[in-house]
Amino acid sequence: MTAAAPIIDLKGVSFGYPGGPLILRELDFTLLPGDRVGIIAPNGSGKTTLFHLIMGLLKPLSGRMQIFGKEVREEKDFAGVRRRIGLLFQDADDQLFSPTVLEDVAFGPLNLGKSKAEALAIARRTLDFLALNGFEDRITFKLSGGEKRLVSLATVLAMEPEVLLLDEPVNGLDTRTRTRLMEILLQLTIPFVLISHELDFLTATTMTIYTMANGRIRLDQELTLHQHLHAHPLGASPHEHCPPE
Amino acid sequence: MLREPFAVGDSPLHRLDPRIRLVSAVIYSCAAALCREFPALLAALILSMALVAMARLRIAEVLKRLLVVNGLVVFIWAVIPFTFPGEALFRIGPFGAAREGVELATQITLKSNAIVLAFMALVTTMPFSTVGHALHRLRVPDKIVHLLLMTYRYIFVLEQEYQRLIRAARIRGFQPGTNLHTYRTYAYLVGMLFVKAIDRAERVRWAMLCRGFKRKFYSLHEFKAGRGSVIFLIFISAAVLGIAALELRPVPW
Repeated sequence: MTAAAPIIDLKGVSFGYPGGPLILRELDFTLLPGDRVGIIAPNGSGKTTLFHLIMGLLKPLSGRMQIFGKEVREEKDFAGVRRRIGLLFQDADDQLFSPTVLEDVAFGPLNLGKSKAEALAIARRTLDFLALNGFEDRITFKLSGGEKRLVSLATVLAMEPEVLLLDEPVNGLDTRTRTRLMEILLQLTIPFVLISHELDFLTATTMTIYTMANGRIRLDQELTLHQHLHAHPLGASPHEHCPPE
Repeated sequence: MLREPFAVGDSPLHRLDPRIRLVSAVIYSCAAALCREFPALLAALILSMALVAMARLRIAEVLKRLLVVNGLVVFIWAVIPFTFPGEALFRIGPFGAAREGVELATQITLKSNAIVLAFMALVTTMPFSTVGHALHRLRVPDKIVHLLLMTYRYIFVLEQEYQRLIRAARIRGFQPGTNLHTYRTYAYLVGMLFVKAIDRAERVRWAMLCRGFKRKFYSLHEFKAGRGSVIFLIFISAAVLGIAALELRPVPW
């Protein structure tokens, strides 16, 4: 594969549930090595569906999908894809199904055929990288929301993926965990696609930001000068605001 | 919220190999369940109490659990003695309690208390996930172990979802009563819970597929049966034989 060959290449992909309207309409999407792509779009515009199509969890009605330079169509094609692309689910409770954190993080490596010792070593290393030491024996469902998100990320990173798909990772996080997640993403060397509603998080972590409309992805690069209205007490008196830190 | 108050502890029983404890609990319960003679059943009950004492469980918590079990036993007492044919031991109004019926109800009471106490002492003294791993080591099929651990994992999520739904109903003024509206609301609630559970199951399956799940159960636990565990197994075996002896050659009352 040459350096410029796309990792993910979707052409004219359409998807809709039986009897429903099309969610994705002849969508084109390309992810190149080294890309860090953000997607910001309203709810229900098909962002999550896009991720699930790439992982082969849903099958497109039409269109062509090439991942890592290979045409993917059947379930067996996606087995390889799932090994190399990591998907962080929107709801951490979907991702953490083992009783303890260490077991959950080791689950992926064990499925990839690693020995117990190797899997444990990878799990510990991943937890270390995310500064989650001491979480090994914590019970997954008793973690806080932010902890759940970080541990979910650990379970995905433990598979040592070549690409990451992150589905609204900042949703519902407090400022501290948000900052931590931002730092972690900036440390990553692999390309990723990140869905979020928070523009400032996207601008801080990604290089290109796309938006979705009418079941398609488009690049919105035009800068539009705009104002925000806001309200607070004493708003009628002349005043100034400090710029955010 | 479901809790496991006995799972963590430092009693001699907590330190035993979980596999030994599970096997002991099963053998012992089978023996107790099959007994009919009162000396054997009383011996079993006393042994169970001894096990609970060994596990150093909080008596209040133990009694709370026994109360639930005996709540069911009360129903047995309300029905069995009065529906058994035979000579009446005593009468309540027109109903005569048959001697055989009273005996049977007493047997059931003794058995169920003995078995529940033994399980409390031997099985609830380990975290539920350990139960799963121990079962896996005892060659219980992967599917059953997965089913058990997943059920345990998602009971909490479902409980949260149930709480969310009931809260949503309450803040809109829902007050349960004996009327069609209440029944309908609960039916919706339960229906909604099923829909959510199916949805959740699909997403969890996806998450597992994404991490290369191949229907195999891997266990990171290592169990070691130390000397204490072996001694305990011998002790339980002896106790079971003792109970069997009392059952087969009952001492006269």
